[in-house]
Amino acid sequence: MGAQISYDIAHLIGATVLMAGFQLLYQRRLFAVLNTFAFQALALAAAAAWQAHVQHAPHLYVTAGIALVFKAIIVPIALHWLVEQLGIHKNVETAMSIGWTMMAGVALVTLSILLVLPVTANAAALTRESLALAMSVVLLGLLMMITRRNAVTQVVGFMALENGLILAAVSAKGMPLVVEISVAFSVLVAMTLFGIFFFRIRERFDTLDLADLETHRGDR
Amino acid sequence: MSAILWQLLQIVLVVAISPLITGWVRLVKSRLNGRIGASPFQPYRDIYRLLQKEAVVAHSASWVFRVAPYVTFGAAWLAACIVPAFTTNLFLAQAADLIALVALLGVARFWTALAGMDVGTSFGGLGASREMMISSLAEPAMLMVTFSLSLISGTTAPAQIIAFVLSGGVGIEVSLGLALAALVMVAIAENGRIPIDNPATHLELTMVHEAMVLEYSGRHLALMEGAGMVRLTLFMALIGGLFAPWGMAQPGGDAVAVLVGLAAFLAKCFVLATALGVFETSIAKMRVFRYADFLGGALLLGLLATIFLYVSEAV
Repeated sequence: MGAQISYDIAHLIGATVLMAGFQLLYQRRLFAVLNTFAFQALALAAAAAWQAHVQHAPHLYVTAGIALVFKAIIVPIALHWLVEQLGIHKNVETAMSIGWTMMAGVALVTLSILLVLPVTANAAALTRESLALAMSVVLLGLLMMITRRNAVTQVVGFMALENGLILAAVSAKGMPLVVEISVAFSVLVAMTLFGIFFFRIRERFDTLDLADLETHRGDR
Repeated sequence: MSAILWQLLQIVLVVAISPLITGWVRLVKSRLNGRIGASPFQPYRDIYRLLQKEAVVAHSASWVFRVAPYVTFGAAWLAACIVPAFTTNLFLAQAADLIALVALLGVARFWTALAGMDVGTSFGGLGASREMMISSLAEPAMLMVTFSLSLISGTTAPAQIIAFVLSGGVGIEVSLGLALAALVMVAIAENGRIPIDNPATHLELTMVHEAMVLEYSGRHLALMEGAGMVRLTLFMALIGGLFAPWGMAQPGGDAVAVLVGLAAFLAKCFVLATALGVFETSIAKMRVFRYADFLGGALLLGLLATIFLYVSEAV
């Protein structure tokens, strides 16, 4: 019974992270995207804390703390600040219509389930499902990077992808803490770099729409 | 024997309390808007007033226009009778399942749309075309929810699904959560609540349901309004019954169990109605062109619920 409940809750939190990934694809306003991303990071922190509890692995609490402080609080606030500073258009511009994007998202989830389940046939049930969920989150993050035109939303897609990686890392037993910390900090560094790049891109081209950059590259 | 008795009680109950629930949603909304609002019993007075009035029918109206209110109300009422509200020990419970429920709601919708087009005013046609667009998206989503529920419990009959959930055979299931979200989205669309439709407005840009019943008056209008209220109660009973069936009386339960079931049903209805009022005041009406995204989302959630079931099966 106890194992069943812990399994169900882990499954539930993982699915919440995945649903937040879908929510990211559905949003049309930039601030809503940032808030949804903060929610996803919050769910990720809950997932890590729950795994720490289930696996009796105290170092995962550190991962949960990092996810909570950096990804659910600092990064969204920093991105909010960036958007305010840059004064960019608050609507999200998409390369595909939202409906098609969501359909592609469901197809990716199906793909990752079909891929992960046979490959991990010998692993524990909890690990297999979490891996399927984490892979889906990663693919949804990639999809978001592909289908968004604005640099800020592409960065959010990158961060969401990274959330999927952390989800996979916490559900696999025996991932060393140092790996997780280094991943978390590299993302923070990347975030800083992105911020600098946003200002540079805007200074040069007066826009953050990456489609406009292609003319400068000579593609069009 | 008791099944017939409870069935009769259910038949009376859904019609008796549905105006109260609608009135309660309106009261919650006006309080949240900073208004005092009408008493929750106001819809009873409205319907009584409409029933006193003469029914005026346009010259261009055919028999379809006259029959439609009765068929619409009858179909919605019948649908509400087969959803277990306070006990699963119902006479009609064996006769109908969730697919029949979708069909009955489809009949009600079909006749409303037909009546909207019958008089030949431009508003009616506009409302009918929008209603059909919404239903073409909402019905597959509703069926998808039905399929995922029936895959979990092995049946499409609501009484047996409830018995299965109450027996504790199902844990915390992600698919159930996804199906619940999809069903709530469908319920919002089917009842013409705010992100999709605003029943309180007469603005041609936004109206859907009101546009179709614009030509009705007197007892016809009372029936059309009543059908909408019964449908809201039906969806509350469905959501409260399938996803939070606690307190519901089972076959073999005595009168006390039924009383507990009644109290639980009323409590669930008021919680859901309050939640609906809060939700409606906190969200803006959607553009017509975004309905496809909203209801497509509901369909995809239903689809994901089914996909996750296969994950659970495979593991």
